[in-house]
Amino acid sequence: MASRRDFLRMGLGSGVALGLATLPGVSFAARASGDARLVVMILRGALDGLSLVPPFGDGDYAAARGPLAIGPPREPKGALDLDGFFGLHPALPQLYERWRARELIVVHATASPYRERSHFDGQNVLENGGDRPSGAASGWLNRALGALPSPRADGLALGQNVPLILRGPAPVGSWAPSLLPEVEPELVTRLRDLYSNDAPLAARLDEASRIGALVDEGGAPSGVAQQKMARAGNGARLRAIAETAGRMLAAADGPRVAVMDAGGWDTHAGEGGAEGQLAGRLRTLDEVLAALRGGLGDAWARSAVLVCTEFGRTVEVNGTRGTDHGTGAAALLVGGALAGGRVLADWPGLAPR
Amino acid sequence: MTASNDTLAAIAASRFGLGARPGELGQAAADPRGWLLAQVRPRATPPAELDGLAPGAEILGRFLAVRDERRAAKRAAARDTDPVQALGANLREVLLPHYLAQAAARTRIALSTSVPFRERLVQFWTNHFAVSADKPICLGTAGTLENEVIRPRVCGRFADLLGAVESHPAMITYLDNQQSVGPNSQLGTRANRRRAAPDVAKGKTGLNENLAREILELHTLGVDGGYAQSDVTSFAAVLTGWSIGGGQGRFAQGAPGSFQFRAALHEPGSKTVLGRRYTESGRGQGETVLADLAAHPSTARHLATKLARHFVADEPPPALVERLTHAYRASDGDLPAVYEALVRWDGAWAAAPQKYKTPVEFVYSSLRALEVLPKEQKALLAGFEVLGQRHYSPGSPAGWPDRAQDWDGADALMKRITWSVALADRVGESHAALATAQATLGPLAGEHTLSALARAASGSQALVLYLMSPEFQRR
Repeated sequence: MASRRDFLRMGLGSGVALGLATLPGVSFAARASGDARLVVMILRGALDGLSLVPPFGDGDYAAARGPLAIGPPREPKGALDLDGFFGLHPALPQLYERWRARELIVVHATASPYRERSHFDGQNVLENGGDRPSGAASGWLNRALGALPSPRADGLALGQNVPLILRGPAPVGSWAPSLLPEVEPELVTRLRDLYSNDAPLAARLDEASRIGALVDEGGAPSGVAQQKMARAGNGARLRAIAETAGRMLAAADGPRVAVMDAGGWDTHAGEGGAEGQLAGRLRTLDEVLAALRGGLGDAWARSAVLVCTEFGRTVEVNGTRGTDHGTGAAALLVGGALAGGRVLADWPGLAPR
Repeated sequence: MTASNDTLAAIAASRFGLGARPGELGQAAADPRGWLLAQVRPRATPPAELDGLAPGAEILGRFLAVRDERRAAKRAAARDTDPVQALGANLREVLLPHYLAQAAARTRIALSTSVPFRERLVQFWTNHFAVSADKPICLGTAGTLENEVIRPRVCGRFADLLGAVESHPAMITYLDNQQSVGPNSQLGTRANRRRAAPDVAKGKTGLNENLAREILELHTLGVDGGYAQSDVTSFAAVLTGWSIGGGQGRFAQGAPGSFQFRAALHEPGSKTVLGRRYTESGRGQGETVLADLAAHPSTARHLATKLARHFVADEPPPALVERLTHAYRASDGDLPAVYEALVRWDGAWAAAPQKYKTPVEFVYSSLRALEVLPKEQKALLAGFEVLGQRHYSPGSPAGWPDRAQDWDGADALMKRITWSVALADRVGESHAALATAQATLGPLAGEHTLSALARAASGSQALVLYLMSPEFQRR
């Protein structure tokens, strides 16, 4: 097990934003040509790290988790073996392929500086990159964009609006599939004039036009395809967005970072084990990551994806077969740009203290 | 410089109301503040649009009955199937018509009401006590919390509102409290008899902290309001037994889907919350804690901050927050007294708009300005969906966010434009955009915007420019 302490000392946020290369224990593979891409996927609601990456080798795990425990790899529906101690949840077979390709780094028993139990404050800390919920009004990823050598429109939020992590002085855009037809260029010209005395609206309009061009460049989904995308069920919609986003990122002048989020991880009741509620969501996550990789194509080789959540969940199972808010969580780094195949954790053990 | 009454009337309609309908500014102009205050008198008859909606208890009762049937059928086959996933399409078909009818009624009220300040307050409190219809058990009942609990109390005391909200079946089930069992309660100590209780998952029984945590963090004190994890846990124990009626066998108790205090789930004994010891027994213990929370200074400040942010500015002026906090405490949490302090604060009447409209505010004000009231449910609700703010579906107990940065994304702006184009096409050339702008924004419509409308290529393009103008996008 590699040490996680140095990793944390750097600050998960700032370190990742600087391109991962400055982190001890996290280094890039042979550098591919073209500049790097980073996608941050925020799983809102506090994903249960002990189910995402079950420590089946910990002697206390099976007993502590009871009906929620994922069995060891030799059992049917058991964990996908990582290193003989940790495994991946069995609903993540495509991610496991990335592990075998040495493109996945698992960070376990990790946490932001936040120690309370509010989702909303926890997400604020995760996104503002400080040590307090109201520590900064901008997001660390936006500030990192500002530090890039040639600041241009580098950030893309996958949604109608921009989450805190990507808010700040650097210009960023947002995109989500639309149920509606496209806007005539002539109208855009008139709106630009209408906003000539209104800097915030003028900036948004420019960003929207630029992103629109990128979507077109990346082989824009047709209006009908977008409408289908917007109407699809949660999993299908996220997959379609991830694939389109991958293509936008892969463009030579495409955004360099993108943020995607997905909710539904707050498993207070009926969490399930190898099958059930959480397993279903993890299956979607597995498919979304694969769709993103597909969209990135060759650019996958110079990309990294950070999958993170605001805090972890209790080791103990609660009265409603779920878990409550806790501290220690797991995060994933996956991408062709990573020298992966490692679990970073100072494993504290699951025995009660 | 003192603003004219015409300007104040336009501010009253857009900042405090739901956006002017033609003719509204004339009604408000004689006394803009008085026009608002007259809307928040305690007594009001419920809007006629609500006639015929089914009560929440009936909807939830039906949900439980259908679910029990389905579970019984599935029990033999798949022991591990998650209850939420097992609901399937049938149950959704039972609930969805109720959801749609509630959402449509809410929209019709917002589009036609002549007391828009009151209606905005109703929706403010619904968002404060958010219950999201995307949780399956809440699909049919999320809107009933607004209609049954919030509307009748929006101009009463906060303590009464709080007590009624936390004991409504929609809130109980949204935050899982019907599943929370005191470890030393009758049920908690008799492990073998728990399965027949309604909605108590099989397996180990125990406390669920969800409702207690969100009451403290979101509904009353606020996240920095001075409580600790131990307060959450002991408050959760206080609230055990706050459940819903129904159930099978010896656990059948109360009317299915209605609030039911279940003594058998209640953790016995006294508990300490925020340093005070509560010795009451049963339901009264929770009621006393809620009353104390409503009277807590942190609650006064939390509510004052949220109201000031909603109506005046994303970063509310500290002087206004002080004033509203004081009004709340001095009146023992009488909400109209707080509303009056807000309306009478001069800083709330600055001509320059401070707030960027949320999608719901934008859709309401657009349809009100153009006097469009679609008859069909689908047309009535489409805008909220495509602009990202479906009724009763904030997706989190924190409710929809209330700052520009949460709504002013580039993609969101494009979607407002495309939605405006579709609306303008629909109303055709019959609307004179310039006249509409003058009738609904009054003196707030600036020269630059008016000249852009005058130069537009077509009547419908002029309407789009009006709806998308900076003056209309903000309030």
